[in-house]
Amino acid sequence: MKINDVILKTVSQAGVLIILTFGVYLFLSGHNQPGGGFIGGLVLATAFVLMFLTFDSDTVNKAIPFDFKKISAIGVLLAFSSSTVPMFFGQPFMSQSFGYFNLPIFGKTELATVTIFETGVALTVIGVVVNIITSISEDE
Amino acid sequence: MHLLILAILVPFLAAALIPFIHRRLGPVDIGWLVLVIPFVLFVIFAMQIPVISAGDTVTATLNWIPSLGINFTIYLDGLSLILALLITGMGTLVILYSIYYLSPADSLPHFYAYLLLFMGAMLGVVLSDNLLVLYVFWELTSISSFLLIAFWFHRKNSRYGAQKSLLITVFGGFGMLAGFLMLHTMTGTFSVREIVSTIGQYSDHALFYPAMFLVLLGAFTKSAQFPFHIWLPDAMEAPTPVSAYLHSATMVKAGIYLVARFTPIFGGTSAWFWTVTLVGLITLFWGSFCAVRQTDLKALLAYSTVSQLGLIMSLFGMGSAAIHFGDGNEGALYGLASFAALFHLVNHSTFKGALFMVVGIVDHQVGTRDIRRLGGLMAFLPITFTFAVIGSFSMAGLPLFNGFLSKEMFFTASLNAVSLPIFSADTWGWIIPVVAWTASALTFVYCMIIVFKTFFGKHKPEKLDKRPAEPSIGMLIPPAILSLLIVGLFFFPNLLGDHLLRPALNGVLPGITGAAPHITAWHGFNTELWMTIGIVVAGSLLFIFLRHWKKIYALLPEDWTFNVFYNKLLESVEDNSSLLTNRYMTGYLPHYFAYIFSFFILVAGGTLFLTGAFSFDFSTDAAIPSYELILTIVMAVAAVGILFAKSRLTSVLLNGVLGYSIAIFFVLFRAPDLALTQLVIETVTTALFLLCFYFLPEWKPENSPRNVKIRNAMIAVAGGATVTLIALSVRSGKLFESISGYYEDSYELAGGKNIVNAILGDFRGFDTMLESLVLFIAGLGVYTLIRIKGGKETRKNED
Repeated sequence: MKINDVILKTVSQAGVLIILTFGVYLFLSGHNQPGGGFIGGLVLATAFVLMFLTFDSDTVNKAIPFDFKKISAIGVLLAFSSSTVPMFFGQPFMSQSFGYFNLPIFGKTELATVTIFETGVALTVIGVVVNIITSISEDE
Repeated sequence: MHLLILAILVPFLAAALIPFIHRRLGPVDIGWLVLVIPFVLFVIFAMQIPVISAGDTVTATLNWIPSLGINFTIYLDGLSLILALLITGMGTLVILYSIYYLSPADSLPHFYAYLLLFMGAMLGVVLSDNLLVLYVFWELTSISSFLLIAFWFHRKNSRYGAQKSLLITVFGGFGMLAGFLMLHTMTGTFSVREIVSTIGQYSDHALFYPAMFLVLLGAFTKSAQFPFHIWLPDAMEAPTPVSAYLHSATMVKAGIYLVARFTPIFGGTSAWFWTVTLVGLITLFWGSFCAVRQTDLKALLAYSTVSQLGLIMSLFGMGSAAIHFGDGNEGALYGLASFAALFHLVNHSTFKGALFMVVGIVDHQVGTRDIRRLGGLMAFLPITFTFAVIGSFSMAGLPLFNGFLSKEMFFTASLNAVSLPIFSADTWGWIIPVVAWTASALTFVYCMIIVFKTFFGKHKPEKLDKRPAEPSIGMLIPPAILSLLIVGLFFFPNLLGDHLLRPALNGVLPGITGAAPHITAWHGFNTELWMTIGIVVAGSLLFIFLRHWKKIYALLPEDWTFNVFYNKLLESVEDNSSLLTNRYMTGYLPHYFAYIFSFFILVAGGTLFLTGAFSFDFSTDAAIPSYELILTIVMAVAAVGILFAKSRLTSVLLNGVLGYSIAIFFVLFRAPDLALTQLVIETVTTALFLLCFYFLPEWKPENSPRNVKIRNAMIAVAGGATVTLIALSVRSGKLFESISGYYEDSYELAGGKNIVNAILGDFRGFDTMLESLVLFIAGLGVYTLIRIKGGKETRKNED
């Protein structure tokens, strides 16, 4: 099916960038403001879905050569292992910790181990959503 | 972290790493790398021997869920140490053996990953002090054993055997879990040591006996005790190294370990004494009886394992009487049985491991294990023959081999049990030595079958696939080491007895001193020796005239075995459940909704009604602003509109209206996180709809009969009413103090100002973790269902 989609392609190229930026922002701001791993991951996934919608999957696969199945697997592994690590330091399973550090450019910054956990969640969400949508759309 | 905790975790880590290492390894067999792990672990555990034999124990704790009293506590005493040494020692030999046994066509990374998984799980079982941790590892052994039995999953029998072992052992495991929870209810702790020290005050508790029988159910299913033994022969579909390791030396001993570990808790009662002893004796007899008729060498060994496990089990049963007597001469007298059980546990691992390896060699070098096709192999496999003789004669309980010593102690213990003045054993006790003697005579017969039918007699080359020859040296080393142990333990049994068995006995029968004897090979012309001589005479006669009396097996009713029962049960469960499922799984979505909502109305609405939780209270309600009212009306109109939509696009759009309106509500109620999520989800769903649009079937207006429509409408209205009633009642009926106050401290507790996220990532992070796991599995499921629509299988499966 050929449709004239110049406008769609042009708009989505800009749109994807905005959505990606917004997704990363949401992910990082999650600790103190609305956002977080799940929602950030979902927004990032929509950017990829938009790309798959406007361009054919071969082009997208060339542009982002990730195996989304593996991404979701890595996400689960990350979420799980970040929960087990505290046990090796005498803390209960799944304990998270946070602290304030003085970083060169950012100044006083709060770093929390929960971010690692959230990264895992985000990667899982991205991987699964994109994986499901591409498998459905590529089905003949 | 403690070295021993690491020892349990290392196999798991290694198993996870295997797929990555394997790819980089090239032609080198990954088995050589894997071999290092059990060997190092064996050395680590062996280094604990001086500590343990001095009477000390080792404990270490890793916090897991301290708030629920579930911690990864390991406890190493003599009993755990013996099993840990068996697991790692046998593990080393079995891996060395499998390097030569498996063919390159087999998926080696899978095999070794499963084997390591099993090893770690097994170590976890014997070292855990915490009941729930023990249970987790216990089920892990079932699962890894399932994977190993089904290793050649393209064979129908492998799949059948794997399923059978999983169903039976997990069934028992669930029972055991219930027993553990009862123990926790009684004593308030999950720690075995604490339960042992406090159980005395709970023997009158109503849950005491249920807990005992449920724990025993777990032990009996795992250790293949009658009538649960039927899974073990079918488990022989696993590769032979697996059979040698799991189904003779280690996993099946988990049940025996459990009985030993729980003897201080439940022992000393007549229920425990008779259940364990009798089940053990029946298993001993039935296993040896069935073993004689087998024509497959591995099946014969499987039944002999069943029988030997029964022997050990019955010994632990008899030994438990010592707890009733307490410390003293009588206690020591009966405690001897437990000592014999531990001794035989070790001996059985050595000779049965060796025999399985011998059978594996025969199978590997000749191409068959069928006794009817074998014969005269002594000339071709002289070294293997030697190992077979050592292993079999030890199992038969002949002198010069370690099996003789423990067999004599078994007789002593069974004779002691007769004189037992408790538990009315003085009237029924004679059963014990009689069954013991009969089963031992049968054991003698099948041991002779292994040796003489395989290695003597006429060689029948026309019935064999290959020309027999000795295997490579690597396959001979493991049985050689075990054979050396068999002979070595006969001449120096006290080395084992003093350093390992004595401390282990202390774990089984704490506070009973003097039960561990000095083991001597020559004990005079006493009853036990005469019993052995009788066995040799009777067994030889039975073996010689085997052809004549074997007909009695044909007399057994064919369709009254437990196997038939198991198959029938499985079949009827499958038939009935599919019958039931087909009745309501019509593939028609409205039906499903009708079921789901009817059930919901019945349960939720019914509960509301029965408990009288329903109440109205509008007095504290805030006023409803006009925009909220408008939004509600919009939603209601959209929802009703879906019902009357004439095209699919309209209904999709109306659905979207609903979703976005909910998002607006979230915004109004200051829940930006939820609003964001709702918006994105709505967008993704719409995208999915767009993708699927072309593939959906023709839109057909619903034309159901009038009465169906009325029924559906009633269900819908009732469902909506129930939800509304619940929503209205929730705010007026407060049973507990609200938990939300706790989360208000999220900034102090988790360092995050966003409460929603602090809950997701910190307070209830466990949910989030498992949810992402669920999401991942669902994604994989969608992928496999859509992408791999069958037909692409690389290996052809037998049906």
